[in-house]
Amino acid sequence: MDFVLSKEHEMLRKMYREFAENEVKPLAQEIDEEERFPMETVKKMARLGMMGTYFPREYGGAGADPLAYVMCVEELAKVCGTTAVIVSAHTSLCAAPIFENGTEEQKMKYLPKLCSGEWIGAFGLTEPGAGTDAQGQQTTAVLEGDHYVLNGSKCFITNGNVADVFIIIAVTGTATDKRGRKVKEISAFIVERTFPGFSQGKHEKKMGIRGSSTCDLIFEDCIVPKENLLGKVGDGFKIAMKTLDGGRIGIAAQALGLGEGAVEEAIKYTRERVQFGKRISQFQNTQFQLADMHTRMQAAQYLVYAAAMKKEEHARNSKVSYSMDAAMAKLFAAEAASDVTRRAVQLFGGYGYTREYPVERMMRDAKITEIYEGTSEVQKMVIASNLGVK
Amino acid sequence: MSEFKNTVLEEFKDVWVFCEQRQGVLMPTDFELISEGRKLADELGVRLYGLLLGDKVEGLARELAGYGADEIIVCEHPLLKDYTTDAYAKVICDMVVERKPEALLVGATNIGRDLAPRCAARLHTGLCADCTHLDVDMGIYKDFLREASTLPEEKIAGLGSAIVLGKPHDVSRDLKMTRPAFGGHLMASIICPRFRPCMATVRPGVMKKAPFDQKRADSAVISKPAVRLAASDIRTQVLETVKEARKLVDLTGAEVIVSVGRGISKDIQGGIKLAEELADVLHGVVGSSRACVDAGWITADHQVGQTGKTVRPRVYIALGISGAIQHQAGMSDSECIIAVNKNENAPIFEIADYGIVGDLFKVTPMLIEEFKKAMENK
Amino acid sequence: MKIIVCVKQVPDTSGKVAVNPDGTLNRASMQTITNPDDKNAIEAALKLKDETGCRVTAVTMGPPPAEGMLRELIAMGCDDAVLISGREFGGSDTFATSQIIAAGINAIGLEQDDIVFCGRQAIDGDTAQVGPQIAEKLNIPQVSYVADIKKEGNEIVVKRMLEDGYMTVKVQTPCLLTCIKELNEPRYMSVGGIVDAYSKPMQVFDYPRLKDDPLIEADTIGLAGSPTNILTSFTPPQKGAGMMLEGADRAACEKLADILVGKHII
Repeated sequence: MDFVLSKEHEMLRKMYREFAENEVKPLAQEIDEEERFPMETVKKMARLGMMGTYFPREYGGAGADPLAYVMCVEELAKVCGTTAVIVSAHTSLCAAPIFENGTEEQKMKYLPKLCSGEWIGAFGLTEPGAGTDAQGQQTTAVLEGDHYVLNGSKCFITNGNVADVFIIIAVTGTATDKRGRKVKEISAFIVERTFPGFSQGKHEKKMGIRGSSTCDLIFEDCIVPKENLLGKVGDGFKIAMKTLDGGRIGIAAQALGLGEGAVEEAIKYTRERVQFGKRISQFQNTQFQLADMHTRMQAAQYLVYAAAMKKEEHARNSKVSYSMDAAMAKLFAAEAASDVTRRAVQLFGGYGYTREYPVERMMRDAKITEIYEGTSEVQKMVIASNLGVK
Repeated sequence: MSEFKNTVLEEFKDVWVFCEQRQGVLMPTDFELISEGRKLADELGVRLYGLLLGDKVEGLARELAGYGADEIIVCEHPLLKDYTTDAYAKVICDMVVERKPEALLVGATNIGRDLAPRCAARLHTGLCADCTHLDVDMGIYKDFLREASTLPEEKIAGLGSAIVLGKPHDVSRDLKMTRPAFGGHLMASIICPRFRPCMATVRPGVMKKAPFDQKRADSAVISKPAVRLAASDIRTQVLETVKEARKLVDLTGAEVIVSVGRGISKDIQGGIKLAEELADVLHGVVGSSRACVDAGWITADHQVGQTGKTVRPRVYIALGISGAIQHQAGMSDSECIIAVNKNENAPIFEIADYGIVGDLFKVTPMLIEEFKKAMENK
Repeated sequence: MKIIVCVKQVPDTSGKVAVNPDGTLNRASMQTITNPDDKNAIEAALKLKDETGCRVTAVTMGPPPAEGMLRELIAMGCDDAVLISGREFGGSDTFATSQIIAAGINAIGLEQDDIVFCGRQAIDGDTAQVGPQIAEKLNIPQVSYVADIKKEGNEIVVKRMLEDGYMTVKVQTPCLLTCIKELNEPRYMSVGGIVDAYSKPMQVFDYPRLKDDPLIEADTIGLAGSPTNILTSFTPPQKGAGMMLEGADRAACEKLADILVGKHII
């Protein structure tokens, strides 16, 4: 096991950090308060290859690896949870399933535009009646000649207001499962915003990651060309689950960054703030809290990086599964981030509760990492199932 | 130039000052350097020369001499009208080779710092950049160290020679050129023991200008040597020279500077406005830290610090500036530093004469009122 | 056309500056960065590369770890890099340094339409001398304090800043330009650039590689080739502690105003 980052990864960290400090941090509070999507930052990130970190050059990607991607999301999240999830949803939930399941034509058509940031990507699985339970899908897709007709709606779609391309999961018919039961036949589609019959619904007002857009998608006889079917008919569930495996690593990285960012802020603050004639960093409670917080985030980092490296291994050898690694990384990092950001607010005292300091925002942002792309409870189901505990 | 033997030190004598003019107007540094050069020439017991280059600039010579020069060498040529590195470096090097001065001082202006290194490289001699103190006499130099350094007395008293190429070298007749490094955290005295002329660029505004002496102005020699210069010597062409039309913030000459830093981030326009009001009350100008310039809150001509302007006003008021070393580098010589910062551990308080720990948005309006009252009641 | 950019790795003085008891800088305790003005020079070169497709080579003189900085500059977009490194070069002042770097540029080969870029000055020495001295050693024209560069055919037209304005200067190539921070905003490294950074060519020029250049003699490089010597280095005395005014209230402001008037400061 190698715990030393390569020179390239160290250099990437430095570059991400400089970018995050100079370009992302100054906007973090503003986009949170104004609930504004930071499109200008997306364009800047795209120019540097951050919107297609680990895809090959022939598809317009930067040619790095999943670990490089994870570090990108991590460093962004240290200063702004919103910006981190924009990259994560775009990369893991839209570009990745096209790269992993698309035909050559689909890859050549969509990946260069996604990697260059000309287009933003999103993913639609969740419906009002189907969140964690993907089999509850109500959106349908019916083949009519050379196109599918989609009807239904999706909700809580990250990047929903701004995305140009969506991976949409819909029911294409019924199938029989291994035990002979009738189940829904689920397929995946690449849907462009400009397709007839596509519209977006209400914009959610959220507790955290408020600069990220989250909205409903509505399909009313939406025409999707047949060639935009992703994978084969009936592959949809598998594609969705695999996409979420990858997405969880991205969210785990977001959680990791949020927690680490809070630790950094808390260290800085407690060294400056004086109470009872002492810097509060001199109190043993502060020291023990920070030691504990840092340790939790360091453990989270190992899990997240290990999952990213497992994903890289999977790309070379598809027999290697990273599903459980991703679930463990997300479960642990998300809970650690929620805990650590909350403790950071406590260390800041009254100031921590004000918007003058970033830790309250970090705490609000961290909470979602325990919920989206599979709640912590779902991660435990995945892990247990991988352990053969059924 | 290779035949120019400049290691025979005794063949070189006299102190020269390069006197810069732009569009026929002398630079303020010229008078400072002539005054300082007089002091050094006296310590060495030699003559002081001013070296004036330009086209039809002879009329400026007597004014220069009035600050202490024995002779002004006026090099006139139409090709010297605008400053070009090639033309100026050629004429200066030709004069140095011919007349062999032992020291050559140049103002550390944007032009001086272009010209001096080029000449030093051609003449194969040492150049010390941006000096803030110059000495020859060891006694005077030691007194300077006693005042301006933390060196122990036994070390200062023992100074007298340096090891140069493994051998002891008596420094008593060397020009000791002192300059700050790392924004004044470190100072170094440099010598040029083996080559002549010894060259220095001198920071503008540091050396004291002597009183003008009409008698000296009248009695000085004005010489006009032949200038050998052809258009083919010059590989650059000045298309135009523009005095900046937009109002430059004259930080370097300001008596009072009110500077803003990152602390204004929560209300950038409001913060700048407060600084402007306070500056107005005290008849000063607004400066800023690098952070504000980098963030695009204020234009670069406001920037004080290592990469901005070096200022030494009577009063420097730092509003919401933490006081990073780079910033201190540009303002720590201010006579009176007043700092307002929320963070009581901000480094600015370490150099401030007066400090207020508080929110600049609350404190500054009160300062404006109180200063206004105080100025009126004076 | 190609562009050679001279860069320097310097201690990062944005934090605390650590000084040894003997008055020298405690470099070991400080992070190193690419000299800020040099990054503007890199950006200026990369902009011209974007426009013309020319080759950009970064050159530095320094110890072997300076390779890390050169790799970062490649990650920004430079095509290759040269590290001039050798014990023989140690102890050089600006004169000797420019002598060595000029020899390095000769070894790369300077052609008719090439440009050499330098930063205005390095934050560790603030001399602004090495650029012009390299130009002299290469016998090419220089323009310093450059705030804008336009390439018009074979001519370079630059805006050269003065304290009270600027000059527009046309310069022949090959030439050397020193860049100030107003020139541009340096780009970041890119992810793709970093992925490739260690596979791009980097040459090391040591003493044997450069020794046949006429500029390199025992008495023109290193300590022996440096016309200047340090006589003394010292730290200035700390200013006496200032006065903190209690309370950020009107009384404190009034007291401050009174003191300043009383001492004739305002």
